[in-house]
Amino acid sequence: MSEQIILKKGLDLPVKGAALRKISMTVVPDIVALKPTDFRNLIPRMLIKEGDVVKAGTPVFADKKNPDILFTSPVSGTVDAIVRGEKRKLLEVRIKSDNSGAAVKFNVPTGFFLDRENVIKALLESGLWPCIKQRPYGTIADPSVTPKAIFISAMATAPLAAELEYVLEEEFEALQTGLTVLGKLTEGGVHLSLNARNYISGNFHKFEGVICHYFSGPHPAGNVGVQINHISPISKGETVWTVDLFLVAAIGKLFLKCLYDTSRIIAVAGPAVVNPSYVRCCAGIAMEQISDLFNFAHGNIRIISGDLLSGKTVGREGFLGFYDNLVTALPEGDYHEMFGWAKPFRLKKFSSSRTYFSRLTPRKKYNMDTNTNGGERAFVLSDVYGKVLPMDIYPVYLFKAILAGNIDKMENFGIYEIIEEDVALCEFVCPSKIEIQSIVSEGIELMIKEMS
Amino acid sequence: MSKLRKLTDKIKPTFSKGGKLSFLHSTFEAFESFLFVPDTVTKKGVHVRDSVDLKRVMTVVMIALVPSLLFGIYNIGYQHNLAANAGMEFWEMVWFGFLKILPLYLVSYIVGLGIEFASAQLRGHEVNEGYLVTGLIIPLIIPVTTPLWMLTLAVAFAVIIGKEIFGGTGMNVWNPALLARAFLFFAYPSHISGDEVWVAGVDGFSGATPLAQTSEGLSSLHYSVSDMFFGFIPGSVGETSTLAILLGAAILIYTGIGSWKIMLSTVAGGLVMGLIANLAAPSADCAMAIPAWYHLIMGGFAFGAVFMATDPVTSAQTESGKWIYGFLIGVLAVIIRIFNPGYPEGMMLAILLMNTFAPLIDHIVVGRNIKRRLKRAKTV
Repeated sequence: MSEQIILKKGLDLPVKGAALRKISMTVVPDIVALKPTDFRNLIPRMLIKEGDVVKAGTPVFADKKNPDILFTSPVSGTVDAIVRGEKRKLLEVRIKSDNSGAAVKFNVPTGFFLDRENVIKALLESGLWPCIKQRPYGTIADPSVTPKAIFISAMATAPLAAELEYVLEEEFEALQTGLTVLGKLTEGGVHLSLNARNYISGNFHKFEGVICHYFSGPHPAGNVGVQINHISPISKGETVWTVDLFLVAAIGKLFLKCLYDTSRIIAVAGPAVVNPSYVRCCAGIAMEQISDLFNFAHGNIRIISGDLLSGKTVGREGFLGFYDNLVTALPEGDYHEMFGWAKPFRLKKFSSSRTYFSRLTPRKKYNMDTNTNGGERAFVLSDVYGKVLPMDIYPVYLFKAILAGNIDKMENFGIYEIIEEDVALCEFVCPSKIEIQSIVSEGIELMIKEMS
Repeated sequence: MSKLRKLTDKIKPTFSKGGKLSFLHSTFEAFESFLFVPDTVTKKGVHVRDSVDLKRVMTVVMIALVPSLLFGIYNIGYQHNLAANAGMEFWEMVWFGFLKILPLYLVSYIVGLGIEFASAQLRGHEVNEGYLVTGLIIPLIIPVTTPLWMLTLAVAFAVIIGKEIFGGTGMNVWNPALLARAFLFFAYPSHISGDEVWVAGVDGFSGATPLAQTSEGLSSLHYSVSDMFFGFIPGSVGETSTLAILLGAAILIYTGIGSWKIMLSTVAGGLVMGLIANLAAPSADCAMAIPAWYHLIMGGFAFGAVFMATDPVTSAQTESGKWIYGFLIGVLAVIIRIFNPGYPEGMMLAILLMNTFAPLIDHIVVGRNIKRRLKRAKTV
């Protein structure tokens, strides 16, 4: 084992409803959706129309700026609806699955032909290219760029995250194939970050052809952005690529079976879930199909595709996101609490600050809800943000540079190294209730606009 | 409880947009959010939020100030009793102190919060909690004999010029409470310094503070170390008892709201400068020869270090900057005390001066971070 990187800063949210290691449901897809809004800065160009028959792997839309990047249907069936929002913005393409198993057979390179050019071609054609994101900015990778290296986190620390060792138990071969294939795309190697505390009990340290790193610490130690900052920080002009580990398995399956196979095991967790557990499904499934797992008894609940910190609210009528393998449900906090801020104890509420007493019961889990617990104010406390960001960055200076729209300062303060998920905890702990992830989103958008 | 909620919901439309009293909506909102944690839910970004908010933070600071306030009230009566030889009992002294300080608080809060509410209303913002703490501090750092009309002017100056024109809590450069005191000091020096302002209710009585006495040298000091530590000395209301301040410091440090780095480095700065002065003292009985640690228990040093220097808005924002910032406050406070014969107290000016330079300190610290990050890029 090489050197361990121990991160002290951060916070594991003690929220109730972690998924137990069991599969409680296997979803046979009915209507699935492909959402252009899952991809930052994407302008889609439709390739099919309502009523068209598609196979698993048929292109549905393409990236307008780079038409080689295709987004393909995860199932076979017919195009049920194309949902547009304001200004005809494409929101969802819904496909009604016929479960016939009809799939496009892709030509994948093997052996001698497994080189960078052919791998990119196969990934683009199959619709798996969008699995690869680039840093800076967290957009879909540009196939014409050769990245400095590829980084993958095999350590999930986000609240209620799916346990990767468990959901990828059966995928060792696919993962190894995926990692080998990704290794063809860069000269800098594929860097896999493992959890130093328990990697030995799993399989992830047995992969060949990767460079392993060992991290320990609370969330966000499992965020690939934080790991990159400690392994090989991104400077101006550099590009690295990142892939979620469960999507590496999908890439592996393409090269093993020549199919676009998005089957995955997702965790369904949170305080408003009856039976927090795992569900076998595919990309883009409807929340309606797993609604038996949600507990509507508490009135309003919020259903999120992703985690509590950076996931997107999709609601009961929504669909699973492209990059997500977790669905979280929690009660809405739309109630008034009399003198809440003044009550000395408030034992059912969690706070990372010592102005409450939850520090004294470190093992307790909480039924968190979506109440903001206070009104929005200006930045007042200065040292709360750095305590949950294990990076060599001054977060408040970066946020203020973004608010001021100062490109030079944003560069200097580290805009290239973070995306929203990395500062999500700063937003959680913020006593001024500032929407920090939105600020970072604006900063990234401004950078993309100014730098292109 | 739910009745109050129903009433609030009933009158809410009157104050909302389009209602008859909609121009008072910030005021309504302030009272409503004082009574109830609002029912707003997260919209973008994180779906859950920490329970802590600025109201909670400010409440903790106010609790930390309570020991100093209580002792201050008692000490007003105690000093009066001593000077007037009135033979008062314990509760009589407390009651005397309470009656003396009550008008100061009424003025401080009515004027200060009035301006805060009005400016929040003008801007259409929510009313900020910051003044609850400032308003509690101001009467603690002035002589109890300060005339109320002067206090009114000082509070108005501090809130308007010190805070609101910069954009309110979180945007100000100087600590507003200190600004109020500085205003009094420069506008009406005879009422806030000298020997005759510290004891209430006894005309023409000279209750010199230890600081004033030691400006002549140690032999002029008429108070024992224990009196100065426990606070049985004349001085601004809240600053006399180092013990009560230490209790507050313990609360601030435990909760993490006051920076222990600033407190510690301020004390270190004061001690270092005091020792340097000791070494350079021309004779054994002069201001420079006062033992360095005496500075920590005299005058407003402890109160300033714990409650004023640590103001999160006006202090240095970076962790390494806080060490420098605090240390220089300590050094400057003692320099001003020793070498400025006109005014024996240096803490106020030292903190205001370092408030001014805090952004510069941060600029240097952050600049080093930027350089380090650029260098890092070259080596990899």
